[in-house]
Amino acid sequence: MSPDQILMLIDFTYIAATVGFILSLKWLSSPVTAMRGVLIGEIASASAVVATLFDARVTEHKWVIIALIIGAGVGVPLGLVKMTAVPQRTALSHAFGALSAALVGISEYYVAAPNVGKFQMAEIGLEVVIGSLTVTGSLIAAGKLQEIKWIPQRPITYKGQNYVSLAVLASAVILILALVLHPEDTFLFPIMVGVALVFGVMLVTPIGGADMPTVISLLNSYAGFSASLLGFVLQSKVLVVAGALDGASGFILSVIMCKAMNRSFANVLFGAFGQVQAAAAGTKEDRVVKSASAEDAANILAAASRVVIVPGYGMAVAQAQHKVRELYDILSKKGVDVRFGIHPVAGRMPGHMNVLLAEADIPYDRLLEMDAINGDLPQTDVALVIGANDVTNPAARSDQSSPIYGMPIIDVDKARTVMVIKRSMAAGFAGIDNPLYYLDHTLMLFGDAKNFVSDIVREIGGSGH
Amino acid sequence: MPADFISSLFVFILAAFLGFELIKRVSPLLHTPLMSLTNALDAIVVVAAIIIAGQHETKLSTALGLIAVAASFSNMVGGFLITDRMLHMFKTGKKKKS
Repeated sequence: MSPDQILMLIDFTYIAATVGFILSLKWLSSPVTAMRGVLIGEIASASAVVATLFDARVTEHKWVIIALIIGAGVGVPLGLVKMTAVPQRTALSHAFGALSAALVGISEYYVAAPNVGKFQMAEIGLEVVIGSLTVTGSLIAAGKLQEIKWIPQRPITYKGQNYVSLAVLASAVILILALVLHPEDTFLFPIMVGVALVFGVMLVTPIGGADMPTVISLLNSYAGFSASLLGFVLQSKVLVVAGALDGASGFILSVIMCKAMNRSFANVLFGAFGQVQAAAAGTKEDRVVKSASAEDAANILAAASRVVIVPGYGMAVAQAQHKVRELYDILSKKGVDVRFGIHPVAGRMPGHMNVLLAEADIPYDRLLEMDAINGDLPQTDVALVIGANDVTNPAARSDQSSPIYGMPIIDVDKARTVMVIKRSMAAGFAGIDNPLYYLDHTLMLFGDAKNFVSDIVREIGGSGH
Repeated sequence: MPADFISSLFVFILAAFLGFELIKRVSPLLHTPLMSLTNALDAIVVVAAIIIAGQHETKLSTALGLIAVAASFSNMVGGFLITDRMLHMFKTGKKKKS
C-alpha cells in the first residue's frame, strides 16, 4: 500500500472507532445491552491504537511498545480492584487521563515553541491548564477517598479562601493571555503549568467526603474536556468526539448530583457546607430516642410484608453489603418483599451503592431510585436505614432553617416503622441534626452495621425453626 | 479564525449534544460503570500520545509522550476491565445465575 492509502485507512479506522464509541454509550443505557456496549468500545479503542502504530509519523516503535506494556501492567491491577475501592480508582483514572492529555499538550508546545501561532497557543494553554488542574485535583480526591493519612479528610477551609483560589485561577488565565501575546516568553509556560497544578490542589482540599460524588463527576468532565481540547490542538476529530462524550457525561452526572443535594455548582465548589449549621440544633436535648436490640429488630422484620432498605456510605465503610444480602435472602425466603431505596448521592460516587449491592449478588431489579421508591414508602411496613443519614433527614422537607432544606430525600419517615442502624447518636456530615431519630415510630439500632445485620440474620434464622 | 478550529468546534458541539442525549438515558443503576466506561473511551488520547512519542522530535517530547502513552493506555485497559467486571455483577432476580 502507498503511504496515502495507509493514511486513508487510518482515518477510516478513526471514523469507525468514533461510531463505536457512540454505540458503546448508547448500549450502556440498560443492563441488558450494556455488555455489548463494552465490547464495541473495546474493539473500537483497540483498532484505533493498532492503526496509529502504522502512522508514518511514528518512526520509533520500540519505546512506544514498551510504554504500552507498562500501561497495560498498571491498568490490569487497577481494573481488578475491589468494588469498595472503585471511587478512589475512578479518581485516579481521571488523574491519569488528564495527565496524558496535559503531557501531550506540553510536548506539542515545546516541539513548536517559540513559533506558536496565537490561536494555537490559546488552545494549548487552555488545554494544559485544565488538564493539569485535573491531575492534582483528582490525586487529592483519590487520596481523600483512599484515606491516605497526610491528606486531610475534613474539608480544609480558611478565611478568604475563595478569594485566594480565584486569584490563583485568574493568574493562570493571565499567564495564558501573556503567552498568546508574547509567545517568545517561553519561560512563562512552566509557570502556567505550576499555577494550574496548585489550583487543582486548592480546588479539592476544601471539599468534604459527602460532596465527593459531585467532585468526582466534575473532575470526570474536566478530564473529558481537556482531551477534547487536545483534539482541537492536534486537529484530531476522534479526540474531539471522545473527549466531548466523556465531558458531557461528567457534566450531566455533576448536575444530577447537585440536584440531588439541592445545591448549585458554585455552592459545592465554594460553599463549605459545614459552616452554616449549628443554628438548628441545640435546645432540644430532652427529646427521647428509642433503641432496640437485634432480637426486636428481627421480630419486626420477620413479621413485615414489605421492607425497604436504605443504604448509605456507612454500609460501604462497614463492608456490610454481603451481610445485607444474607438479610435480603432470609427475608425473601420468608415471603417478605424486600427492596432497596437508593439516593443519588448515597456513597462517594454516582451509582456507588448499586455497584456494591450488585457485587453482593442482589438482583438489580430490587434496587430502586429515590423517585421510584418514595411513592411506596407509606405502604411499607419497615424502612431499614443502614449507614445513611442526611439523605433520610425529614428536616429537608419541612424545616426551612435546616441547611439541607429543599434537598430531595428518601421518605423513610413515612414507613410504619423506621429502623436506623447507626454507631452512635453523633451527628452525620456537617453535624446536621436528624429529627428522624426522635420520631415515635423510629427505633435506633446502635452498633456496627456489619455486626448488627449479621445479628439480625442470626435471630431471624433462629426463630424460624 | 482558522478553518480547522471551526470544523473542530462543529464536531465538538454535535458530539456534546449527542453525548447529552445518550447519557440522559443511562439508568442511574449504571452510573458507576458509565463513569468507568467513558474514562476508558477517553483514553483514546493514547493515539495522540503514540504519535508524539513515536515521531521522536526532541528528547523531552519523546519522554513526555511515552509517559502519556503509559498513563492513557493504563486507563484504557483498566477502564474496560473494571466496567466489564461491574456489569457482570448486575443480574436480575430471575434465577439465571451464571
